[in-house]
Amino acid sequence: MFDFRIVTTWFDELLRVTCGLSNFWTILIECVVVGLAILLAYALLAIVLIFMERKVCAYFQCRIGPVRVGWWGTLQVFADVLKMLIKEIFAVDKADKLLYYLAPFLVIIASVGTFSFLPWNKGANILDFNVGIFLVTAISSIGVLGIFLAGWGSNNKYSVLSAMRGAVQMISYELSLGLCLISAVILTGTMQISGIVDAQTGPWQWLIVQGHVPAILAFLVFCIAGNAEANRGPFDLAEAESELTAGYHTEYSGMGFGFYYLAEYLNLFVVSGIATTVFLGGWAPLNIGIEGFDAVMNYIPGIVWFLGKTFVVVFLLMWIKWTFPRLRIDQILKLEWKYLMPLSLVILVLMTVCVAFGWTFTING
Amino acid sequence: MARLIMFAILAVVILASAIFCVSTKRIMRAATALLFVLFGVAGLYFLLDYTFLGATQISIYAGGITMMYIFAIQLVSKRTLQGLSERWLGKRTFLAAAIALVGFATVVVVLLKNELINNTIINGDTLSKEVTMDTIGQNLMSADKYGYVLPFEFISVFLLACIIGGLVILNNNKKEEESK
Repeated sequence: MFDFRIVTTWFDELLRVTCGLSNFWTILIECVVVGLAILLAYALLAIVLIFMERKVCAYFQCRIGPVRVGWWGTLQVFADVLKMLIKEIFAVDKADKLLYYLAPFLVIIASVGTFSFLPWNKGANILDFNVGIFLVTAISSIGVLGIFLAGWGSNNKYSVLSAMRGAVQMISYELSLGLCLISAVILTGTMQISGIVDAQTGPWQWLIVQGHVPAILAFLVFCIAGNAEANRGPFDLAEAESELTAGYHTEYSGMGFGFYYLAEYLNLFVVSGIATTVFLGGWAPLNIGIEGFDAVMNYIPGIVWFLGKTFVVVFLLMWIKWTFPRLRIDQILKLEWKYLMPLSLVILVLMTVCVAFGWTFTING
Repeated sequence: MARLIMFAILAVVILASAIFCVSTKRIMRAATALLFVLFGVAGLYFLLDYTFLGATQISIYAGGITMMYIFAIQLVSKRTLQGLSERWLGKRTFLAAAIALVGFATVVVVLLKNELINNTIINGDTLSKEVTMDTIGQNLMSADKYGYVLPFEFISVFLLACIIGGLVILNNNKKEEESK
């Protein structure tokens, strides 16, 4: 298994020993480098996801999607990004301009904040607190405020309506999201993200296998709630084009709109990434207990496993988005408060019982 | 050094947002500024390595309470929302200043009496001791001498009372509507 810690310790040694920098400057340079890496990965993944969404959507609707710009339409997204960057930025009359300009940043902070928690490889966790999972849910709740302020600051009745819907929906679905994560925490006994992934290395140790029935249910509920949390799929009534023009980001142009667009796709990726980390083993390779097979699988680097599994979940969520019709606001709230939330409470109890009586699936004992 | 710089940045953010929060005339801006004050306080907790407390601060205050404030603000009149009816009231300013002074005095007395500044400067290492989630969970749910299970349960009773109160108010409104 490739351990990314080799690279980080090498870089640390390079700064400290070879260049002879003090503790303060070493940490400062490392923080800047890591920050740039996060933002670069964020932008690149957004481009990949937007292209993927267009192609997947096209194939689900029996079209072929963008094909003109570049080979098989690969440069289409770059052209779109360029267009977005040179758009005119304007402000709405009599709107609260401060909140109008502030709101996209709150959304992007929440998105980048949760993005930094993902475990990319063995030893490549960027933020790894001992309250990891809890902090992820805490930071993701900042995004709700960004959406609400966007609607409010736009001085547009459709935006306010959409922001209300979006905020109510996200607050509601955060409950079952959190409860599913807690049931995973019960199984692994740690909230630290690297600890959760470490608990899933080894033959048949992915949580979805280890925790069998409650874990599979928790994974499904997590995917549904995550889809709603990212304001996507059948739950995208906050930006229902046919009734609310474009929802809370109707009045934004240029990078203001770009931030919402980015955050939407990256939230999809973050939700899939956290589902992968918590239930599908993160960077942990597929091991089945046969030595030769496991050895071959262990040669594949963790980042390939992580990205592979995450993109499978992303594809599942896109499949759901382009297959199901949009729900009404009352249906969305009913689904959460009357079905998903009680179900996740039942999952929580079931998982606790399984762990307490040792009914989990472990080979090592 | 790094700690000092971070503390200075956080202090400036907290103070600036706090002043903006109380001096702005628009109520939504005040709520947003309050959010940044709470973020700054969470940042201070992280600076002290109280990660659990910091996460709780973000989750409950920034994510929950501020959101609730904003929903409640939507219920006030349109003139207040647009910042038209807010005026500078002389009497209230004095009262608020007096209350703020009492709070400041309390903090100063606590600081001086417990000699917190001396203690932290002498035992600087105690700052960077991270408490694990295990310890926090055990203490929160234990009924031993220093266990917190009683206050923990008491909070849940309190929340239950809040929910029941909300339902009762809702029920009264419905009855009034029906009788009309």
